[in-house]
Amino acid sequence: MDIIKEIQNELVETKNFPKFGAGDTVIVSYKIKEGNKERIQQYQGVVLQRRGSGTTETFTVRKMSGNVGVERIFPISSPFLDEIVVTKKGRVRRARIFYFRERTGKAARIKEKRRFTN
Amino acid sequence: MPGIIGRKVGMTSIYSAEGKAMPCTVIEAGPCVVTQVKTQDRDGYEAIQLGFGDRKEKNTPNALKGHFKKANTTPKSKLVEFKGFGNVNLGDLVNVDIFEEGEYVSIAGTSKGKGFQGVVKRHGFAGVGQATHGQHNRLRAPGSIGACSYPARVFKGMRMGGQMGNKRVVAENLEILKILGDKNLLVVKGSIPGSKGSTVTILK
Repeated sequence: MDIIKEIQNELVETKNFPKFGAGDTVIVSYKIKEGNKERIQQYQGVVLQRRGSGTTETFTVRKMSGNVGVERIFPISSPFLDEIVVTKKGRVRRARIFYFRERTGKAARIKEKRRFTN
Repeated sequence: MPGIIGRKVGMTSIYSAEGKAMPCTVIEAGPCVVTQVKTQDRDGYEAIQLGFGDRKEKNTPNALKGHFKKANTTPKSKLVEFKGFGNVNLGDLVNVDIFEEGEYVSIAGTSKGKGFQGVVKRHGFAGVGQATHGQHNRLRAPGSIGACSYPARVFKGMRMGGQMGNKRVVAENLEILKILGDKNLLVVKGSIPGSKGSTVTILK
């Protein structure tokens, strides 16, 4: 297992992102390639889960686009990830908040954490 | 084909220059010792035998001890014969330098054993297709295995249930993504047969 970690450290680069977890609202800036041009797009939503470990870890961000729910899965060491900003810390009781998908309207609110240490 | 013996370490993913995530397998390959050189004159064909992995002296038969002593090396646990090596001498070391990044290789190993499996898992049969409508205990049955009075036998090679896995499998055309020479590590694209820690041979 250690050799795998060594390989990951050597061949994959993970940027330093702030701490975040399920229930948090984040703005993810990621690079998009259109032909030869590269631009940065932002995606804001609620983190549903973080899964995996090491450089192969991914996280899922859900947002409502009009009436349609959109979920994007980002690999944490993807070279296209530019920045992650945590705008709200949510108070949730589980590590994976899939129940959030069934919630709409007023029910789809997550209480903010009063005090949090980063 | 020249090649080398290695040990499967595990899988992870790395990113290509374009930023694409690629699944990859890490293999600890070599250094292997040339334990025997077979020649046309003496053995009837040209080949070399490589040894990999350590083996306790007390668990080595005397005959093999002598074999390793000839090559002036410690006892090795795995011995595999390769053809197509150029000029090598007894006791030489072969390591991952024989490969280049971007090269395509074949990797042979023993696949994970699945035990005795039915035709649905082993051969991808569809089964009967219905669980209700009078079907009773033949949901995963193979169906007909042939006609009746002619040929009055079952053809050879008819796909049936049986042992699945735990046999030699060769994965071909795997791209070498990275070579870490100082650690004797190879990173190839995709999956290879066998469990973690199993021995594989990498063929050029």
